[in-house]
Order: sequence, then structure tokens, then C-alpha cells
Amino acid sequence: MALVDIRNVTKSYGSTQVLKGVSLDIKEGEIVTIIGKSGSGKSTLLRCINALERIDGGEITVEGQPVRTDMPNLRDFRQRVGIVFQAFNLFPHMTVERNITLAPVLNKRIAKADGRALALDVLERVGLADKIDAYPAQLSGGQQQRVAIARCLAMRPHLMLFDEVTSALDPELVGEVLKVMEDMARQGMTMVLVTHEMGFARNVASKIVFMHQGRVWEEGPPAELFANPRTPELQSFIASVR
Amino acid sequence: MRSFSLGDLLSLLGALQWTAVLVLIALGFGAPLALLLALMRTSASRALRWTATAFLQLVQGVPLLGLLMFFYFGMPVFLGIEMPPLVAVGIAMTVYTASFLGEIWRGGIEAVKHEQWEAAACLGLSTWHQFRYVIAPQAFRMALPPTVGFLVQLIKGTSLASIVGFVELARAGQLVSAATFQPLLVYSIVAAIYFAACLPLTLWARSLEVRLNGAR
Repeated sequence: MALVDIRNVTKSYGSTQVLKGVSLDIKEGEIVTIIGKSGSGKSTLLRCINALERIDGGEITVEGQPVRTDMPNLRDFRQRVGIVFQAFNLFPHMTVERNITLAPVLNKRIAKADGRALALDVLERVGLADKIDAYPAQLSGGQQQRVAIARCLAMRPHLMLFDEVTSALDPELVGEVLKVMEDMARQGMTMVLVTHEMGFARNVASKIVFMHQGRVWEEGPPAELFANPRTPELQSFIASVR
Repeated sequence: MRSFSLGDLLSLLGALQWTAVLVLIALGFGAPLALLLALMRTSASRALRWTATAFLQLVQGVPLLGLLMFFYFGMPVFLGIEMPPLVAVGIAMTVYTASFLGEIWRGGIEAVKHEQWEAAACLGLSTWHQFRYVIAPQAFRMALPPTVGFLVQLIKGTSLASIVGFVELARAGQLVSAATFQPLLVYSIVAAIYFAACLPLTLWARSLEVRLNGAR
């Protein structure tokens, strides 16, 4: 069974329909990259998987459980499905350690010393153990985003969503964040990314999903999709991002 | 008739403690109420938002003097409850504080980016934890300078309690002035005492503003 099962999902903002019947499977350990022009619905789809947006029709299940914004165990669900945002969204008034341990301490009531160990563990995975006592404002954009990823990892999620996580970064900082994500992919984390990083999509993703006008236009393994785009829309998209 | 003496000065300073009592009552009861109003105003529930807004419109549309009169003279008439001046004045100041601080704090809460709520929710925090640990500390920082500024207004506002015969600094000034027939001198001293009480707060508010703006 797929880890994430998206069936015929529709979603409108007012009179604008942004998702027009999207279906998609994501299996455990897969790295799924969603590409497409802005306005194609890719970020909205990602946010629906995490119940940040309510869907109007269709169904999304994660680990067999239907996802709804009013699901009774929403808080547990959110800890199993991590999301990293374009704007990092670290808590500016807290140290890196506190950013990471806040949720585990409040939700799982872990002890203070264990919290520090947990923070160090996840920070090592993103190469920032030495920044544990820094405040977000003292870090570069790339470092902040890596802390945001570490904060997510500290919840031990089963699935991670990445919403254009490198789009707000200066070009020279993109690489360090992508490298962290590649490491996670190698360690078997199931990941869904919305990204404009075609290199990452090509080299790391196990599946590419091309969205266009609120629909999944094409999907397949990157080698196949990039080499032989079947639709003119994907052809022109690939040409435009090259 | 007698002339202004050291005893008069001491009685003015003594009355200052009742001004302080009024401020403490207003803050002690008004601040929790203000927090409640700020939360209602920013809540997702329309009913809560409207209730809080209606209360604020009503209170903010009436001068503090009107509130004092209402609770002191009006309550016995409308509700048949006779109130000692301290209680009536205390309630009026509490209501006044709650409505103004509530709006200041609402502004602070709304100034925190929506994404902060979202990020906290995505970590599985309860709504209360999202507010308590993520939103409130940031909102408080932003609202602190105007909050201290309001405190100055509040201190000066307590002088209106003299209208209903409550003896705080301003009323004590009236009494001393009537006894000595030296209103200019007496009221100048009263004004100087208010100024001395408010100046540190004004300076503090200004330094907070500079510091917090610089930190962001």
C-alpha cells in the first residue's frame, strides 16, 4: 500500500479551482518531486497532504488514515508528516536548541538533557551542531533552512514535505540545503518536494510529477520524463527552466 | 485660611499612594481581561470576535469620565447596588484599561506573521501552546512600548476619580487648594508629582522602542 494515496482531489480558492482532480501515489522511501509553473497547484497539493489546506473533493490518505483538517488526531498526524517551508519559519525569539526541542518537550515531555541530546543529534545530520546555542538571526539563510529541517527531523517523521525550500536562498547557499536533503534521501526518508531545482529533480528524485493547470499532467522516473516529455506543456516547461 | 505647609505637601504625597492603588487595581484586573479580549478579537470564532468588538466599541466610545459616572452614580440607580467610591472607580478603570490594552495587545498578536502560527501547528503544538510559546513572546515584545505608553495615560487618567470624591492625588490637591487658597501653587505641585511619576515610564517606553526596533 502506498504511504500517501491521493485520489481525485479538488480544491478551490473562491471561484478559482487550483486542484482539478489530482491523483497520486507515494510509496515508502520514494523521493517525489513536483514540478510545474507557478499557479499550477503544486504547493497547494503539498499543503493538502499536511492538512494545512482543506480539500473540497476526493480523498488523501497517509498511512491508511484519511487526512482532514478536522481529524481528531491532527496533532499526532502533524508530527508524523513534517513540512519545511520556503521562508524557514524558525521562531526568532528562541535559540536553535529551543526551536528544535520545543515540540518534543511539549508534546512528548522529554527531559531537558534528552532534549539537548536530541537537538545535537539532528543538528549533526544537517552539519550545524556548533550552532546549537545561536539565534536564527545569527545564521545565514542556508543555515536557517537546515535548522528548520533539523527541527522537523526531531519529530521523527515518517514523511517529509518540502515547499520550495531553496527558493528564498541566495544561489550560493542552495547547495548546502540540497546536500542535506540528498543525505536524507539516501537514508531512506520518504520525501515530497515542490522545487525549481531541476538538477535535484533529475539526480535524486525517484519520481517526477509535472503539474499543469491543477492537474497531474505527466509523471514518471526522471530519466524517462526529462528525455521523452510526451506533452508539449512539459516540453516547453523543460525548455524554459533549462 | 492658612498658608501652604510641609504638612500639605505630605498629604499630597500620601494621596499619591491611592493613585498607585487605582493603577494597580486597573492593571491587576484589567490586564487579564485585556488578554482575554485580545484573544477573542483574534480568534477564529465570529461570535467571540463580535462580542469583544462590541464591548470595545462601547467602552472606547465613552470618555473615562463617563465610565466613572456610570459606575458611581448609575449602578445604584439601574441595579440598586450602592458602591463605595473605590469599587466604582476600580471597576471603571479596569474596564477602561481592558479595552485599551486589549487593542494594543491585539495589534501585537496580529503583527506576528501568520506563518509562525502555521509552523507551530505543523510541529503538532496545541493552539494554546502555539500562542503561549511562539506567538505571545513575539507579540509582547512588539506591544511593550505602547503598553508602557498606555500606563502613562492610565496614571494621569486616575485623576478623574476625584470627580466622584475619591481622594487620590488630584482630589487631595483640590482639598489643599481649598484650605490654603493657593490653587496655582498647589496644582503646580500636583502636576509636578504626576510628571515625576510618569517621566521614568515615558523614558522607559522610548528606550524600549529604540532597543526593540534595533533588535529586529
